[in-house]
Amino acid sequence: MRTQIPALASLLVVAAVLCVLPFILSDYNIYLAAQVGVFFVAVLGLNILTGYTGQISIGHGAFMAIGGYTTAVMSRDHHTNLVVTMLMALAICFVVGLIVGLPALRFSGVYLALVTFALAVSIPFIPLQYSTFLGGVGGVTSSEEVSNLWIYVAAWTCSALGFVLAWLLLRGRLGRAFRAIRDSEIAAVASGVELPVYKTLAFGISAAYAGVAGSLFVLATNGFANPDEFGVFLSLELLIGAAIAGLGSLWGILAGAAFVGLLPQVSNSVPVIGHNQGRDVVFGAAVILVMLVLPDGFAGLVARLRRLARA
Amino acid sequence: MASAESSAIAGLRRRGALDAGTATVWLVLLGAAIFLLIGCLRSTAFAGYTIQGLALGSVYGSLALALVLVYRATHVINFAQGELAMLTTYIAYQLMQWGLSYWVAFAATLAIAFALGTLLQVTLIRPVQHRSVIAVVIVTVGLFILIDGIVNWIWGADFKVLQSPFGFASFDVGGVAIPHKDVWVIGVVLVSVLLVWGLFRFTKVGLGMRAAALRPAAAALVGVRVDSMLAIGWGLAAVLGAVAGLMAEPFQFSLSPTFMQPILVYAFAAAVLGGLESPAGALVGGLAIGVTLTLIVGYVPQIGAELQTPFAFAVLLLVLLVKPTGLFGRREVRRV
Amino acid sequence: MTALLELEDVEARYGPVHVLHGISLAVAEGSVVTVLGPNGAGKTTTLRAVSGTVRRSGSIRFAGRSLQRVGPDGAARLGIAHVPEGRGTFSELTVSENLRLGAYTRRGSIQPELERVFSYFPFLSERRRQQAGTLSGGEQQMLALARAFVLRPRLLLLDEPSLGLAPVLVAELFRIVRELNEKEGLTVLVVEQNAHLALQAADAGYVLEAGRVVLSGSSAELRADDSIRRSYLGY
Repeated sequence: MRTQIPALASLLVVAAVLCVLPFILSDYNIYLAAQVGVFFVAVLGLNILTGYTGQISIGHGAFMAIGGYTTAVMSRDHHTNLVVTMLMALAICFVVGLIVGLPALRFSGVYLALVTFALAVSIPFIPLQYSTFLGGVGGVTSSEEVSNLWIYVAAWTCSALGFVLAWLLLRGRLGRAFRAIRDSEIAAVASGVELPVYKTLAFGISAAYAGVAGSLFVLATNGFANPDEFGVFLSLELLIGAAIAGLGSLWGILAGAAFVGLLPQVSNSVPVIGHNQGRDVVFGAAVILVMLVLPDGFAGLVARLRRLARA
Repeated sequence: MASAESSAIAGLRRRGALDAGTATVWLVLLGAAIFLLIGCLRSTAFAGYTIQGLALGSVYGSLALALVLVYRATHVINFAQGELAMLTTYIAYQLMQWGLSYWVAFAATLAIAFALGTLLQVTLIRPVQHRSVIAVVIVTVGLFILIDGIVNWIWGADFKVLQSPFGFASFDVGGVAIPHKDVWVIGVVLVSVLLVWGLFRFTKVGLGMRAAALRPAAAALVGVRVDSMLAIGWGLAAVLGAVAGLMAEPFQFSLSPTFMQPILVYAFAAAVLGGLESPAGALVGGLAIGVTLTLIVGYVPQIGAELQTPFAFAVLLLVLLVKPTGLFGRREVRRV
Repeated sequence: MTALLELEDVEARYGPVHVLHGISLAVAEGSVVTVLGPNGAGKTTTLRAVSGTVRRSGSIRFAGRSLQRVGPDGAARLGIAHVPEGRGTFSELTVSENLRLGAYTRRGSIQPELERVFSYFPFLSERRRQQAGTLSGGEQQMLALARAFVLRPRLLLLDEPSLGLAPVLVAELFRIVRELNEKEGLTVLVVEQNAHLALQAADAGYVLEAGRVVLSGSSAELRADDSIRRSYLGY
């Protein structure tokens, strides 16, 4: 994510559009746009992990769950201010991410994918087992509810903050270290990059992003956190979003977030296939198609277009 | 160049079958087997749990074997292996709804599974194989979601019943009730696995597949069509998955689209426990996980049935932390 | 004698790196031809171009038939046995299985070939059930050669057979190659670092440098010329 005149221009365009949208969209569409914002945060975080340090996680839905449940429980039991709960979610998930990232050091590629996948499948069972505190099947509801507009503003503000933060982190030493790790771990170590520190840090940071996204996610669904929402599909969707985004281009992450945030909702109304069922069929097929056609994600497409434009 | 050693141990060592690590593993397994045997003899409940654990474990092992097959050949984890197994189980259900008897539907389903597996490899995996690991992972994940959607669309999410012919009766062996169902499941899985093993060991195609998995470039030089071998591998994996799905059914009380998801996690744990490149390991791992889970759920009330999946996850994590290559795996050498 | 293998203006590359810049050579049927030259000259790539293991352009004709669209498995089916650098044996499979793989493209019984192989390499018969990886380097090289022979190939491509072998084994190996050529009529194209040994076993040779043929001739000619020997063959 380098600053060039074209990139700055696209940032401004996006920001301008986002400011204008609430005035022209219906309430339901504001809700959809907010969903995209929520996923933007999560995909951005996952992109830092996958795209930059090359560690595959199919378990970030678990961090969203932790964030979401934090917000719901804190609000229900202590009536904590919602923004404060989001900050709590960020902190808790950062720490948990560091903890998960530590053993993750020893795995690579396939093994890490397996472990995080198993984590994603297992996490929903925990609220079911400890139902008194965590609500079981009935879930946990926060004490406050917020409007779609509130979520929209909160989500995109977090996205903007998150984006700027990521940009700052990644252009400096941290970014160089991350990129070195992705390209060749052996070379990175040889040049003095402390692998464990940076890899674990990447996990923590991406988990923190996911945690905030989880809080927003729960708030967007009327403050209701329950195990069904945080099933394995969520983690799969996040990974898909990150893969479709490709490597760290603003448009890529927007595309990824839009794909994951909008497509399932939109495909509900696909005629032949019918209500809920249509969503998964369309989504699954779309994912496969995109991967076959654009293995480098949208960022790859953008890079290709840029090269064409320059030529 | 004449060989001077003649003792049996040296012969085994030459054949690469025996080393300190493997010996320890065999000893541990022997110990566990003895423990189980003693437990079975002393308590009928224990015996009942163990038998059921072995039956469930053989199901997990079958799916784990499918995962290992695909991984050995293509170095890819097929995240959709469980959902594929689920799909083929629904296909069997539908065939039976259309009037076929159980065993005819069973055979037909295996054939369909083979075709599906090869088709998927050729159309979806081959194009993205040489690209990044993540691209292939995403494709299998997309497949996971797609299959789930298709099954929900065609059959709906409500519970169906797939009548297995195993019945609910039991054998009485020295006071222990051994359900017919458990015996049948173990038997079917055993036969399937033996047939697949036979294919690999004794046929030319099997040899070609093994060569293609070990060193694709060298295999091509002797005339092996590596791409076709990979497709057949996926086909066989799908068959093993179909067996797992059909044999898991008698333990569920109904058929629903999510029934293979926890089993996939158990299969992952089993495959990793056994060593991702070891077929024998996958089976042993499956049995181990099946027995352990059943015994724990039976005897430790705090760990309810809900916690089985997180427990399997914990096992997975533990194995990867302590011995990532699993019980039977050898340290991975990067082949140039 | 007609040429069994003809290369004309063959170029080859690994990705963006061009290694062969227009190689032309011919191998007469029933002869042993060697390809010599320093490291990086493109000797191994030449063999790979023939078996289709590398991207190449130009004309490659085997028994009059173009190999343009033929990949490695196709080459094997046409009767070209390629023993690559590093031997290409399967260490995890047994000796017997390795040999069976040699006959992968053939139908019917391979007993006669196995008998012949065991007559040339008696130790293989004893070690049939052993894992190939437990054999010594020299034995594995012999196994690779044996496996190539089980194919009943018309053309044998041998890549640096002497690599990592003790001199006495190398001499033995070349003796067997020569014997296979004389008794079985096997045409051989062998890439070698050890020019001296190679020229003794070969009928003709080509010297490569930086992806081009700089010298060719009968092995007698190449051995006789002093200046050639010193500057190109290193002895």
